[in-house]
Amino acid sequence: MPRSDSDGGLDIPNRISARPVRKPGPYIAAVVVVVVALMLLHGMVTNPNFDWPTVWMYLFNENVLSGIGWTLQLTVYAMVLATVLAVILAMMRKSANPVLRGVSWFFIWFFRGTPVYTQLVFWGLLAVLVPRMALGIPFGPEFWSIDTKTLISAGTAAVLGLGLNEAAYLSEIVRAGIEAVDTGQSEAAAALGMRRSLIMRRIVLPQAMRIIVPPTGNETIGMLKTTSLVLAVPFSLELQFATNAIANRIYKPIPLLLVACIWYLVITTVLMMLQSRLEHHFGKGFDARAMGSKGKQPPLPGKTSGEPKDAVDKVNQATMVGLNA
Amino acid sequence: MSMQEQSLDAAGAPAIEIVQVHKAFGSLHVLKGVSLTVMPGTVTAILGPSGSGKSTLLRMINQLETRTGGEIFIEGELVGYKPLGNGGLRLLDDKEVAAQRSKIGMVFQRFNLFPHMTAVENVMEAPVHVGGVAKREAREQALNELDRVGLADRANYYPAQLSGGQQQRVAIARALAMHPSIMLFDEPTSALDPELVGEVLAVMRQVAKEGITMVVVTHEMGFAREVADQVVFMDQGVVVEHGGSDIIDHPQTERFGAFLKSVL
Repeated sequence: MPRSDSDGGLDIPNRISARPVRKPGPYIAAVVVVVVALMLLHGMVTNPNFDWPTVWMYLFNENVLSGIGWTLQLTVYAMVLATVLAVILAMMRKSANPVLRGVSWFFIWFFRGTPVYTQLVFWGLLAVLVPRMALGIPFGPEFWSIDTKTLISAGTAAVLGLGLNEAAYLSEIVRAGIEAVDTGQSEAAAALGMRRSLIMRRIVLPQAMRIIVPPTGNETIGMLKTTSLVLAVPFSLELQFATNAIANRIYKPIPLLLVACIWYLVITTVLMMLQSRLEHHFGKGFDARAMGSKGKQPPLPGKTSGEPKDAVDKVNQATMVGLNA
Repeated sequence: MSMQEQSLDAAGAPAIEIVQVHKAFGSLHVLKGVSLTVMPGTVTAILGPSGSGKSTLLRMINQLETRTGGEIFIEGELVGYKPLGNGGLRLLDDKEVAAQRSKIGMVFQRFNLFPHMTAVENVMEAPVHVGGVAKREAREQALNELDRVGLADRANYYPAQLSGGQQQRVAIARALAMHPSIMLFDEPTSALDPELVGEVLAVMRQVAKEGITMVVVTHEMGFAREVADQVVFMDQGVVVEHGGSDIIDHPQTERFGAFLKSVL
């Protein structure tokens, strides 16, 4: 590949122009990979067992679309619940109070240590285990009570089950992010008269986000697919269950699995794009360029505006566009 | 010296009064009874080899470090503790500590600018979120502060886009934005390339001229000689020598003399 050293319009009389070293390895590997990929694609398109007409028929089926809606809702609610809990758990874990530290440790130990499927079954059985819930003085009189079945529907149980389990994982991610912020940052903020809560909110968390976002994106994509386990509750409206139900009805499992796969991939692609935007947002100031206002900023002292990092960014953007197409 | 005596004589009261301060990290005795008086509007330079406890002493003044023994008063007010009626002490809460700190500006060796904020946002941060100043007004004031340190044209740059010297000048502007009566400098030029030291010292000279009380831990003998009203030489947790800036040229003790020879 020719290097773009010639850019810049500078007059360099002895500019080096050299041929790259030719190696056959990469070409052979590329040909092999392309042939294998074409064979797979050909097989998928021509194999009658994949039954593409059926896939197409059910791709926009009403039950499938409503399944997507439920899957997205479960994912979003569970992740929001998990994020809020995770921040609280991470702060408790770093608290000076040993009781709070202990509770946080226990929560993480329990919810990370048991299978999410088992937890979902338990949430589904909650109404059996605890038929009635009440507000009142501990060990004393009750002011208000309600049937557990009314308070916690199957959907709520599914969100609680997924969210609490996820919170345990996320809180470790949040903790790692907070710990990665240099202590000098807190000291400088404290020296300015900022209180601990303000330092956390304005100085530490925004910087920790840069480290927290990529693994959280990972977790969100994981959650998207973990929602298919909520049939353990049982909650039976999300995408995997909806396609499975159709498959059982028409005796054609493969095309409906493909329908589910296609939609999961579409949603994952959207989530990846959201993640990339978030990373962009929280990365501002860290890669020595003003983000979000490209071109408005004057070039850095001693540098031109066409930095190599720019090119890398464009490659990433191109990749995302390619994924989207 | 007691609190009552100090408040009686406000005009001649010291800005900082450090009385027999001790600091121990476990069994490591870092400060062994240090006393120091800093008068308002003066510049105090603290010199000494690394490990002498000078940074620890400076960080105690705004409570980034707790003290094991002794007393520190800022403008007559006891630092870090509240005297109770019965002669006992109570630790200050988070809010009270923050209030005491907001009167004191601090500049760090490694700048510690907030990397996710531009220069002007760094300077605005405390006035807006601690001082309660409206954003627009704070931005205007922040731009003035940046102008004072000669960086008005860098207001919208992120710290990573600035040189070390520029970053440290933004850090000084950030500290000045809270209108502190006292400024602490913890080796402000030690992390800088030699050619960038001058611009930071120039800003510090200007701050000194404006009558802000300054305590500077430094290895810049030239700056200490020229600007300091008081020079303190510390070694192994005690003040070895203490006097006007002339003691840099005429050290009275052997240890200070030896130290000066090693750094000059």
